[in-house]
Amino acid sequence: MAAQNTTGVTISMRISTFFYTVRQGFANIWRNKMFSFASIATMTACIFLVGLFYMIVTNFQSMVKNAESGVAITVLFEPGISEQRIEEIGELLDQRVEVSKYEFTSAEEAWNSFKDIYFEGNAQAAESFAGDNPLANSASYAVYMNDISMQGTLATYLEGVEGVREVKKSDAIADTLTDFNSLVGYVSAGIILILFCVAIFLISNTITVGINARREEIRIMKLIGATDYFVRAPFVVEGIIIGLIGALIPLGILYLVYIKITEFISGEFSVVGRMMQFLGAREVFHTLVPVALILGVGIGLIGSRITIRRHLKV
Amino acid sequence: MIQLEHVSKAYSAGIPALNDVSLRIEEGEFVFIVGDSGSGKSTLIRLLLKELEPTSGAITINGKKLNTIKRRQIPKFRRKIGVVFQDFLLLKDRNIYDNVAFAQKIIGVSNRAIRRNVPNMLSMVGLAAKYRSHPKQLSGGEQQRVAIARALINKPKILLADEPTGNLDNNNAWEIMSLMEEINERGTTVVVVTHNLEIVRAMKKRVITLKQGVVVSDTTEFSEDNPSSLFGGAEYDGGDYIDED
Repeated sequence: MAAQNTTGVTISMRISTFFYTVRQGFANIWRNKMFSFASIATMTACIFLVGLFYMIVTNFQSMVKNAESGVAITVLFEPGISEQRIEEIGELLDQRVEVSKYEFTSAEEAWNSFKDIYFEGNAQAAESFAGDNPLANSASYAVYMNDISMQGTLATYLEGVEGVREVKKSDAIADTLTDFNSLVGYVSAGIILILFCVAIFLISNTITVGINARREEIRIMKLIGATDYFVRAPFVVEGIIIGLIGALIPLGILYLVYIKITEFISGEFSVVGRMMQFLGAREVFHTLVPVALILGVGIGLIGSRITIRRHLKV
Repeated sequence: MIQLEHVSKAYSAGIPALNDVSLRIEEGEFVFIVGDSGSGKSTLIRLLLKELEPTSGAITINGKKLNTIKRRQIPKFRRKIGVVFQDFLLLKDRNIYDNVAFAQKIIGVSNRAIRRNVPNMLSMVGLAAKYRSHPKQLSGGEQQRVAIARALINKPKILLADEPTGNLDNNNAWEIMSLMEEINERGTTVVVVTHNLEIVRAMKKRVITLKQGVVVSDTTEFSEDNPSSLFGGAEYDGGDYIDED
């Protein structure tokens, strides 16, 4: 019974200590207004830059992806190929991971499409070919891919498939898109690295100011018998709150900016708008919100721990 | 209660701050520790708080050998010792109620008990009416009273005071020392490090004198005619101790 009471008291003490440290975390933000403001401003600036860059990169990637998905390999068949073999080739395409979809065009469809384009307004000339399709051997598959850089591999494979006469591909477009994709990749990695360094520099500077302001406070607490947890917890809470605010502010700004800018570009520059399909805000922020929150809270947490770690050994 | 056996403390280079110091302070005693700057007084206080580790020798407080206390046990050990510093070391961003309550919070005292204990303690040091003031709104003497209230709220057996009157005028210094004496009369062992020889002379307590890290005298006898015997042969002008540095 006595043991139960002791446990009860200990738990209630822990709960009360927990709430006390959370309250102190909030109070610390207010007590150290200038430091909190500087930390939030630094965090906001860093996360804003990262978010802005992320929005640009994802839109670029989406546009490249759109361009890629419009590029197809055309697979032409041997003369006199059976319908069953064409279907079998279709099944082989189904098994290839790099293939996103394929469309079959029969010889008649190919001829009709040709007529529409080249004999427009000259039906008589077209009629002279009646019953004798000049494109009789032009049945084909248009094969679209997930990743344009795999075009070469797929083409080589298809050329070796029985019943395939010819594979038509556009190396120039594929190479350009592949190069552009890797360029975007390298530039993103470079800029993210630079932003990361800038963020670390700014945040470590802010933390150094914080350390000096708090050195005495931590020493006092330790000298009168506060445990490491008791000293550290309010700092950690403070770091998390600063991180959260420092992430939510730039997210809010970025959201408004994104909506306004995409609306503006699509409205004012209709040509650009047709060329560039912007991703929806929901799509962009679906990833950006958790990334920014993790970044903010993570930096706040690590920053606060670094701030106090050196001074706990009193 | 407090025992030092052949304790030495050397910092990275130079003469040791404390050199083979042995002394014993019994429960309920009131002891002054005097000496010039660099004599090792503050080092002694920091060793007693386990803020520093001795280079050699053993320190025992309340029957516990300090070198057996693990790092995570230090907070619990310190809660049994009240401590007061020359520059008060109050949390500047909190009012005096919160400064005193903090010492109770860290040992998990309930809010209800804190609301009862803190005003009582502030009354004892004569500051009940100023519980909402911040440290910077108080005089030096008042700030030191807050520090004493904080040091005593958890009813420690020992009160260590490092130059408690160093930043105070004469009147305030006397008030603080009277308060210390009152605390001692209630049973707390009080160890005061000080420069203020006028107070030391007048209070007629045990005086331990340190010089260059060595105990040069330990006496309860004060000689008006030969004050230098009390202070290890250092120059004495009848008032504060004169630094030889």
